[in-house]
Amino acid sequence: MILCVIVVVAFAIGRYPVPLSDLFRILWSWIGGAPHGLDATLETVVLQIRGPRVIAAVLVGAALAAAGAAYQNLFRNPLVSPDILGVSAGAAVGAILGIFMSLGVVAIQSMAFAGGLAAVAMVYLVARAVRGHDPLLLLVLAGVVLGALLGACVALMKYLADPYNQLPAITYWLLGSLASTDTRNMWVAAPLLLAGLLPLWLLRWRINVLSLDDEEARALGVSVGRIRLVVIVAATLMTSAAVAVSGVIGWIGLVIPHFARLMTGPDFSRLLPVSVLLGAGFLVAVDTLARSIASIEVPLGVLTAFVGTPLFLWQLAAARKGWQ
Amino acid sequence: MKLEAQQLAYGYPGRRIGSDVSFTLNAGEVLCLLGPNGSGKTTLFKTLLGLLPIQCGKVMLNDCELQQLERDEIARLVSYVPQAHGAFFPYSVRDVVLMGRTAHTGLFAAPSARDHDVALDAIRRMGIAYLAEAIYTQISGGERQLVLIARALAQEARMVVMDEPTANLDFGNQVRVLERIRALAADGIGVLLSTHDPDHAFLCADRVAMLRNGNLLACGTPDTVMTSAQLQHLYGVEVLVTEVALGQGRRRVCLPMGMQA
Repeated sequence: MILCVIVVVAFAIGRYPVPLSDLFRILWSWIGGAPHGLDATLETVVLQIRGPRVIAAVLVGAALAAAGAAYQNLFRNPLVSPDILGVSAGAAVGAILGIFMSLGVVAIQSMAFAGGLAAVAMVYLVARAVRGHDPLLLLVLAGVVLGALLGACVALMKYLADPYNQLPAITYWLLGSLASTDTRNMWVAAPLLLAGLLPLWLLRWRINVLSLDDEEARALGVSVGRIRLVVIVAATLMTSAAVAVSGVIGWIGLVIPHFARLMTGPDFSRLLPVSVLLGAGFLVAVDTLARSIASIEVPLGVLTAFVGTPLFLWQLAAARKGWQ
Repeated sequence: MKLEAQQLAYGYPGRRIGSDVSFTLNAGEVLCLLGPNGSGKTTLFKTLLGLLPIQCGKVMLNDCELQQLERDEIARLVSYVPQAHGAFFPYSVRDVVLMGRTAHTGLFAAPSARDHDVALDAIRRMGIAYLAEAIYTQISGGERQLVLIARALAQEARMVVMDEPTANLDFGNQVRVLERIRALAADGIGVLLSTHDPDHAFLCADRVAMLRNGNLLACGTPDTVMTSAQLQHLYGVEVLVTEVALGQGRRRVCLPMGMQA
């Protein structure tokens, strides 16, 4: 419900305000095909510019929150974000390489997506290659180490980048933005995001059991290794696609699941949908703010933290089912 | 239905804990494993459950080799009560017990109404209905132990392996859990448990196995195996096994000897 209201408001607000009545007439005519008799500019704003952007915000927010919720269960730690296995760092290296080579938007997004997948694949294979230790710990360590290495690559490329053209583009990308979304790349990203969400929902009960320690989960009949791989692949697919569309947006994957858990308790079959809705609503709201509070766009990554942190602290103070 | 270890060698990768362990646990029977700290009881249990790789020998479950069974097949045959521990997320007791139904739940499904009923029934049978909605991370260690036993009951396996089920319990709950174990055996379930209190073996066991440094010293009925000499050999302290009159009958008890004034 709240998500719907936020989405409608997000359509209406912006540099070019759209009255609610006009908004509904445009949407109605888009669905029904009847002419709405309004200014054509208005239709362009709603359907071509704001529409894809709001949908992108819904999907990216949902994906980051869902991936974060799944990872927090998988790693049995509420302080885990979807970045833990290096997906954002890998995507950043991919995207910056793209910017470095002065590629187009679509190519940069594809490289970011591929970079994210490659980084996590590498982390997983490294962790698999070392045997005889706690597999979860190895994954985290490999993720941290490889993430640091990729971070150094990002720093190196920023240092080498042309400070007048490339560096601003790189910085802008690293701060996250939905400004470059259009209908075309949403058609590619949306199925990927949904394809990642589906296995998480299907495996919801197994993911609950994964939050016990490995031996206990196995004694209860869960093939821990296999389920863990599926969850990692699903979450990586989603996060990579999300980061490719929006750049690096921190905070959502870390704190929205936490927020959701305070509302629903830890049961993943309730946690996942609530995280998805909260993440989507939150990112739409923040993105709406990002493009309307100032005459220039405020970077999303900055704004999510500024808006989210006080909200979260308030929720933490008010919560009853909190962490013990 | 039986659980059988044949010349089993077990341990962690690269480190052998015990070897040449053979015994059989039949349905409807309580087998109590005694052994000092570090004798390899928990490692043996984990190997029997397929949680650690078998180093040598065989574990047979219902005449099938353990390695040839899928995880969920094993879980439907044998349930496990680990030593009570903390949890990572604040699940309710009901949810924790419900996790015992995982092996009966389809890969893509959540527990059904029947699973909920089975879980609630298990909670009631352990006498902890008052805890059902409590948060697992907030209850005491002893209560967690009872919850984990309830979870194993909800698993509805014919064999239960319990790692020191009485370790964190007060005197009353120890007796209640031992009674519960006897009731399980009467229902045709085979129970393998470890304990540090030899009197518990006298109270609930059909057979006793003694494990020291990873080797079985003895395996047999409590009266034949648990003699003063054997217990002394096992624990390295002087023990007196004696009989006390109890109502109509008599019961054996163990007394440590080194403590006289």
